[in-house]
Amino acid sequence: MAETRITLEQVRHVARLARLQLSSSEEESLRGDMDEMLAYVDKLNELDTTDVPPTAQVGEAGTPMREDDVTNAPVAEEMLANAPSRERNYFKVPKIIE
Amino acid sequence: MNTEAYEAVIGLEVHTHLLTKSKLFCGCSTTFGAGPNENVCPVCMGMPGVLPVLNRRVVELAIRTGLATHCTIAPHSIFDRKSYFYPDLPKGYQISQYETPICKGGYIDLPSNGDGQPRRVRLTRIHIEEDAGKNIHAAGASLVDFNRSGVPLIEIVSEPDLRSSADAGAYLRQLRAILRYVDASDGKMEEGSFRCDCNVSVRKRGSQEFGTRTEIKNLNSFRFVENAIDHEVARQVEIIEAGGRVLQETHLWDPARNETRPMRSKEYANDYRYFPEPDLPPLIVAPEMVESIRATMPELPADRRARYIRELALTDYEAGVLTADRDVADYFEAAIPGLKNRKSAANWVMTEVLRVVHESGKSIGEAVPPASEIGALLRMIEEQKISLNAAKMAFAAMVKSGKGAEATVAELGLAQVSDEAAIAAACEKIIAAEPAKLAEYRGGRDKLFGFFVGQVMKAMGGKANPKVINDILKQKLAG
Repeated sequence: MAETRITLEQVRHVARLARLQLSSSEEESLRGDMDEMLAYVDKLNELDTTDVPPTAQVGEAGTPMREDDVTNAPVAEEMLANAPSRERNYFKVPKIIE
Repeated sequence: MNTEAYEAVIGLEVHTHLLTKSKLFCGCSTTFGAGPNENVCPVCMGMPGVLPVLNRRVVELAIRTGLATHCTIAPHSIFDRKSYFYPDLPKGYQISQYETPICKGGYIDLPSNGDGQPRRVRLTRIHIEEDAGKNIHAAGASLVDFNRSGVPLIEIVSEPDLRSSADAGAYLRQLRAILRYVDASDGKMEEGSFRCDCNVSVRKRGSQEFGTRTEIKNLNSFRFVENAIDHEVARQVEIIEAGGRVLQETHLWDPARNETRPMRSKEYANDYRYFPEPDLPPLIVAPEMVESIRATMPELPADRRARYIRELALTDYEAGVLTADRDVADYFEAAIPGLKNRKSAANWVMTEVLRVVHESGKSIGEAVPPASEIGALLRMIEEQKISLNAAKMAFAAMVKSGKGAEATVAELGLAQVSDEAAIAAACEKIIAAEPAKLAEYRGGRDKLFGFFVGQVMKAMGGKANPKVINDILKQKLAG
């Protein structure tokens, strides 16, 4: 594949949004992967969808709904069991600055 | 600085919690004030492998709000993922609605500014989304409580139709009244269940173009909203007058300093990468569902206000005060059957009753005697069994004791004496005791009439019917 569509800037932008720290060789290899993905989407774009409405999902009549009942008992201890850090019954995280 | 040459252009985004027992996508309780992380489960904690299941009541309440604000209800809408990283958002995305909100269009009419013309504020949309958790900032770390994570919200977005901070306040009060009327929200700003972000810009009066807007966040009282808008409008006008340019940025309101200041810009904050939520099929709202909800809609504040003006001859202001809260309007209506003078009943509720309610900080149902007892008290005034002052004393006693109107008036001996013979006797006695004053009166000093009324009232222990005193005295003084 000769043509590259994705720039290194774009790779870094997406990595930043995903909170990923990439080495320069990883950036390069991901750029190739993302190019291939876009090429695949181009292939899909060959299909004429002028008269097809945008479709988010197929095969379902509509999302099922539940009644408004409280079915969960408090289980703070269980939920906090995997917390890397806690203080009393709070999850403890690095200080958020704003 | 020539502020008169400018006008403000304001649009509001209101987030309100819906009055459901359970969360939007899981069966955790929404109770406010629970211990930290008590109302959480794998779904609202964003654990791998879980699936959201939509709460039907949320859909109903969103539709109720939409119908109350004249929106179009979308028969087909989808949920989207709004992606960003923050410690209070465990999934790394918020489930919201982006391109297809459940309600579109619509409007809210504000009470007139005195010219009898309602002012219409258009709504852009109302959509369903989930709330995030809560961060508590401690020394050296932040603590996260996920009880609020997944609590259902609707976001109500207005068009930039508001032109002043007072308009914005009126809009918010009207919106909150509507939400409370349709049982969608309790509207409690202090508990964060009714939150407002403001988009503010200014432009030269008469201009059709919009200026650059700033967004103000962190507004948790009506007063803060009004103060923040006034402050922001003045700040923007000052920049423009000085030849500068307003920057599109987000400001936080600092109530302690009474000023807005820019949030440290988050470089990637607005790259939310919305895409359709793969875990939730589309939300299909059948026409029958909309119609069955429409059938249960209460009379709305604007309609009630109009009816009070039309049928009870109340002023726009009186009708506005009484209908702002559904409980107050219900109370008023429960008090007036059998009363001739609705206007004085309205005044009584607006002054005496609401004063006690506000001072107590309780709801109207808890703070004051039942409406039927207030009705009974007002009826005694109309039938001249008690004076207005006696009624006020009786009311104060009823608030304390919880006893009925008749019993209280009897207990305190407040009943008015209308017995003509007794009043005539008192009048004669006073006239006989004041020959000099009588001569002056008859000589043309009409003002002395009040002196005689006062003396008779005093002699009767303040309980005589003033109208009867007037009638009898007039006769007797004339000789």
